[in-house]
Amino acid sequence: MNIVGNLNTLGYGLSAIGPGIGVGIVFAAFINGVARQPEARGQLQGIAFIGFALSEALAILGLVLAFALSA
Amino acid sequence: MTTMATAPAPGFESPGVEDFQLPPIFGPVTKPVLELVLAAIIVVVLFRLAVRKPQLVPGKMQFMGESFHGIVRNSIAKDMIGKAFLGYVPFLTALFAFILVNNLFGIIPFIQFPTFAHPGVPYALALVVWVVYTWVGIRHHGLGGYIRISTWPPDVPWWVRIILTPIEFLSNIILRPVTLSLRLFGNMFAGHLLLLLFILGGEYMLFTADSILLKILSPFAFLMGIVFTFFEAFIQVVQAYIFVMLTASYIGTVLADDH
Repeated sequence: MNIVGNLNTLGYGLSAIGPGIGVGIVFAAFINGVARQPEARGQLQGIAFIGFALSEALAILGLVLAFALSA
Repeated sequence: MTTMATAPAPGFESPGVEDFQLPPIFGPVTKPVLELVLAAIIVVVLFRLAVRKPQLVPGKMQFMGESFHGIVRNSIAKDMIGKAFLGYVPFLTALFAFILVNNLFGIIPFIQFPTFAHPGVPYALALVVWVVYTWVGIRHHGLGGYIRISTWPPDVPWWVRIILTPIEFLSNIILRPVTLSLRLFGNMFAGHLLLLLFILGGEYMLFTADSILLKILSPFAFLMGIVFTFFEAFIQVVQAYIFVMLTASYIGTVLADDH
């Protein structure tokens, strides 16, 4: 059996696991916080999106490297 | 079918980086350049229309402009920057509008290329943001003070500083604009690639592939393309929001005084 393709895609798949878990934790905490204290939603939203952006950056770096290193 | 397909159909060539290297339209001008100019014109014209005849009871355009400004002022600038947020709201609003229009170009028919999927564009934008928050920090604290609050967190033992200060320097002064631009670029790039994959895949299944089963199944690829177009619209708005949010938080951190 002959499989053609780039190993980088597998590497990117692996590197997306961590940020995936991280983004899940961030939004789980956000939902928890809003459920406990609905009036804090506005403040929590900003923090949640910053946390989301920071953990998502790792996945994006992986994606960019997957293309950049595909020599 | 056997009479039509004399040679086996060529395999599916998946879209890749080369689909983002658009040919120049005239001279060195490519599609992203034209889109940037168009986006700037759209933003300027819309905001001009919004404030043309300011009234106490706003009309439609004025209401839209004011709501947009209000979102940036109340939910981004006020939370992130703190006391002196008002002076930065125009910059943040313009940034938000410009990025939003450029991102939405990715799903507007006949344009259909998000400008920031071309890596040079977000780098330039992040450079602007970097210059702004560095300048704000130096103006507020002086050069030495700016470097001190960026690299010298208070109440840290000296042996931790040996590692911490280089890391803080790297992350606050060098890596911030890099991650800021890569985040926008990566999201737009990945989203556009995803749409290309579904639409080109559906086209291949319908027109090129030999198997009748693939032709029957091809509407599902187009359907997924449409679904992901809506998903992309959401991602594009969120990414514009995050870019502005992080810009505001960087300005907020360089303005913060030590406790």
